[in-house]
Amino acid sequence: MKAKKRLRDNLLFVLLTVLSILFMMPILIVLMNSFKGRFFIADTPFDLPTAETFSGISNYVNGVEKTGFIQAFGYSMFITVFSVIAIVLFTSMTAWYITRVKSKFNTILYYLFMFSMIVPFQMVMFTMSKMANMIHLDNPVGIIVIYLGFGAGLAVFIFSGFVKSIPLDIEEAATIDGCNPIQTFFRIVFPILKPTSITVAILIAMWVWNDYLLPVLVIGSNYRTIPIAVQYLRGGYGSQDMGAMMAMLVLAIIPVIVFYLSCQKYIIKGVVAGAVKG
Amino acid sequence: MQKTMKKYFAFFTLPTVLAFLIAFLIPFLMGIYLSFTKFTTVNDAHWVGLKNYIRAFTTDQTFLNALVFTVKFTVISVVLINVLAFVLALLLTRGIRGTNVFRTVFFMPNLIGGIILGYIWQLIINGVLVNFGVDITFSASYGFWGLVILMNWQLIGYMMIIYVAGIQNISPDLMEAAKIDGAGPWQVLKSVTIPMVMPSITICTFLTLTNSFKLFDQNLALTAGAPGNDSSMLALDIYQTFYGRMGYEGVGQAKAVVFFLIVALIALIQIRLTRSKEVEN
Repeated sequence: MKAKKRLRDNLLFVLLTVLSILFMMPILIVLMNSFKGRFFIADTPFDLPTAETFSGISNYVNGVEKTGFIQAFGYSMFITVFSVIAIVLFTSMTAWYITRVKSKFNTILYYLFMFSMIVPFQMVMFTMSKMANMIHLDNPVGIIVIYLGFGAGLAVFIFSGFVKSIPLDIEEAATIDGCNPIQTFFRIVFPILKPTSITVAILIAMWVWNDYLLPVLVIGSNYRTIPIAVQYLRGGYGSQDMGAMMAMLVLAIIPVIVFYLSCQKYIIKGVVAGAVKG
Repeated sequence: MQKTMKKYFAFFTLPTVLAFLIAFLIPFLMGIYLSFTKFTTVNDAHWVGLKNYIRAFTTDQTFLNALVFTVKFTVISVVLINVLAFVLALLLTRGIRGTNVFRTVFFMPNLIGGIILGYIWQLIINGVLVNFGVDITFSASYGFWGLVILMNWQLIGYMMIIYVAGIQNISPDLMEAAKIDGAGPWQVLKSVTIPMVMPSITICTFLTLTNSFKLFDQNLALTAGAPGNDSSMLALDIYQTFYGRMGYEGVGQAKAVVFFLIVALIALIQIRLTRSKEVEN
């Protein structure tokens, strides 16, 4: 019985190893092709580079130049980091306030935030980008306001779910000790919210970092984020520089993998929590 | 406490509320209004009633095609992804070595952006099709199955993680009891595991459902609708109507409202279902 189980586990292990390698294949194939000359990619993507087709890092140099990847990385980083900070800070404040202070207005506000979660982006893309343009939010700082407004639904929802589970006594004790609401929030509530803040931060970071349509409509003509830079390489059919494309795909994936491997535990927890709640 | 709190209304809510008005609420209301008008920018709108809605379905077949394409794609993706993710989750909860590494690997594609995913798979699918002298833009069914494969690759790991959490929540006593009662592996799966992970199944079904239905980036990068608009899904068709042809902004907005109504309907069904499940528990 035991030997049988061991055999089955070993077979399963082999099967899962093969599956894992298959799962990683697409990324490995892109990586391999990023070192081949641009004309040797499209027709023979599964062939290893040979002396003839190997092109060193020229695709990378070429791609970085063509797309302005360094700036794109900078814009992506800037927009993601500050959107995350703005959303975590402001929506936790809002969520706490509208959960604790019962009024008709706050209830309506809460349901409006919930409602915004089910509205697909296409519904507002035209009017929102015109609006951003009209009030001069069409720059890397302004777009953070847009992300705050658009991400508020999910973030408020997750935060207020957690606030409801914090016993009121703690906050009342702080008030009796002479804290005003601002002190109560930042000294008492915000630290308690930390695990939820991490969940929200991860969900928002993944969304903003990978987002294509919103930034392309709001700031795309002047500032390219990484997804915009990659899409920009597409060009017309046939004229696409496959070498530069492969190199850009690799450069776009690396930050994600680094982020994933360094905070894997939080990411998986956060994504599951976000899924179960959303 | 409530009274002093009221004075702080602006401090706590104003930044979020202002941003919410600018980025969502005003554009949303304007969007509804504009769907009944003819316009090229937001200032030159004039009322045309339901004309945009009629034109969305009658000028050409792209919207209906996209709707059919999207529904087919969604049904196939939801079933495939959930079945495969569930099987993987079963295999990864048997305590074999390397489980954590496998989970890490399977989950990874989920973090990569849609545009990037689209181009990765464009390379691979075209690399296979080139042997038959065609590429992915040759027929809409290539684009369709390409998107199905892509979506599976992206979401299987994500759904697997949720199923793993669900399976691990089942009390070992229950499994033990079933085994003592003489239940074989199939019976345990059918009568214990599946009923116990029903909440996870609901969550995953709706996550894959809305993700597939609203798909845009992957569609744009993989085929951009080619050939013609035959492989456009709803979100891409709306985008192409807005930005691809002059004078169709109103029609695009009307399509967007229809799209919104379908998505809202799915969400309402989901809320209904999860609520009723919660009561049962």
